[in-house]
Amino acid sequence: MSEIPGDLKFLKSHEWARVEDNGLIRVGISDHAQGQLCDLVYVELPEVGSNVQAGNGAAVVESVKAASDIYSPVSGEIVEVNDNLNDKPETINEDAYGDGWIFVVKASDRAELDELLDADAYSELIENEDD
Amino acid sequence: MTEKTVLNATHRALGARMVDFGGWDMPINYGSQIEEHHVVRRDAGMFDVSHMTVVDLHGARTRDFLRHLLANSVDKLKVQGKALYSCMLNEQGGVIDDLIVYFLGDEFFRLVVNAATRAKDLAWIEQQAKAFGVAVQERPDFAMIAVQGPNARAKTIGLLHEVDRARIEKLGRFAGAAAQGPHGAPLFVARTGYTGEDGFEILVPVEQAVTLWNELIAAGVAPCGLGARDTLRLEAGMNLYGQDMDESVSPWEAGLAWTIALDEGRDFIGRKALEAQKVAGVPRTMVGLVLDDKGVLRHGQKVLTDRGDGEILSGSFAPTLNKAVAFARIPSGASGDVRVDIRGREVPVRVVKFPFVRDGKPCEGI
Repeated sequence: MSEIPGDLKFLKSHEWARVEDNGLIRVGISDHAQGQLCDLVYVELPEVGSNVQAGNGAAVVESVKAASDIYSPVSGEIVEVNDNLNDKPETINEDAYGDGWIFVVKASDRAELDELLDADAYSELIENEDD
Repeated sequence: MTEKTVLNATHRALGARMVDFGGWDMPINYGSQIEEHHVVRRDAGMFDVSHMTVVDLHGARTRDFLRHLLANSVDKLKVQGKALYSCMLNEQGGVIDDLIVYFLGDEFFRLVVNAATRAKDLAWIEQQAKAFGVAVQERPDFAMIAVQGPNARAKTIGLLHEVDRARIEKLGRFAGAAAQGPHGAPLFVARTGYTGEDGFEILVPVEQAVTLWNELIAAGVAPCGLGARDTLRLEAGMNLYGQDMDESVSPWEAGLAWTIALDEGRDFIGRKALEAQKVAGVPRTMVGLVLDDKGVLRHGQKVLTDRGDGEILSGSFAPTLNKAVAFARIPSGASGDVRVDIRGREVPVRVVKFPFVRDGKPCEGI
């Protein structure tokens, strides 16, 4: 298990959110989640310009065994998606917190960020899940 | 209560991800399902399939009993050690289970049936066996390891006692024989499998299974989980009971017509129903589908055709093909454009013959 970067916030459903210097929110799934899903073979990305609601499905990742909805941690407009995942979905397996990011949201209500788990709380959550 | 095979602790020590598989705690992979899939296509991998049920049948009328019980004809088994794949049907022609039957002696046959159907299979077999005076004996004293891949046989044979090697080397496809394994373990080695590759399925006494497993690892055979086994068998065009057929489906509708033997004068269970269906016309047929676009075909997705809707049975990303394939049951006679509903999006697919992969390579037209 790789270290969880301290600047990330998490949904209980294992998506991470990172506030970028420009104020946009970059979103991906945790290293723990990619490990649970195993080999990813397909990512269905949202469209740039579409609107997402916090806690609603925004993307889909498919591993060999199952399809999983990826929820947006915050509401807002999709301003960028990781097109590299079209050809290399396994990037999420290799670098979940870095090159394996999925989309970027321009948040409409930044207060939603306060409802997310911090790295310590998320770490505790997945430790208990492993029992 | 989840059941465990004798290799459970060994899987965990190897770092396997364990899942519930029909009431059994089994490894789905040891890291990467895709790598495990490829190792079986290219070299040699092994699976713990000890959850499967071994049933021995003894009695003077065992062959007569199997003529009655099975939709395929045991009369095809003429040489001791030969095996046959068959469905076991109910009176309506529905599939109770699919199985392999081995001819081991004039009064001795062995069945290997699915794990998830164990209880109902045993009840059905025992009920039918009474009239034939056949003794039905489950063999929980065996563990079972499937060693599969182009190098599987060579790597396994190297572990056998010298006196057995030449004989097992010559063992034909779909035949089994006794042989002595590491440290004198009495094995039953069958040249069968569920991956589309050459290899063996080995019955080993429970108390010697861990040793055999470790010796196979030392011989260069990679532990593989049931996840890879599923994608391998799908590529190889092999049905999975419960997903591709069950008691509501006849072999005609499950791509299993080749396993039905309508040999003259043999009164097997379900025969009348199968013959009636054949005369009336079978309303549904099982086909292979290939998705050339991005995405993954999954069990339960709706298939749209010009004759009405069907559904995906087994569907998955196929690692050898690097795209998704599936079995689907669709209305007979459907032609032209076929589409699959993936989360509300209608995606065009190609209808193809299966297997999708043979001898480690994509089949023509896939």
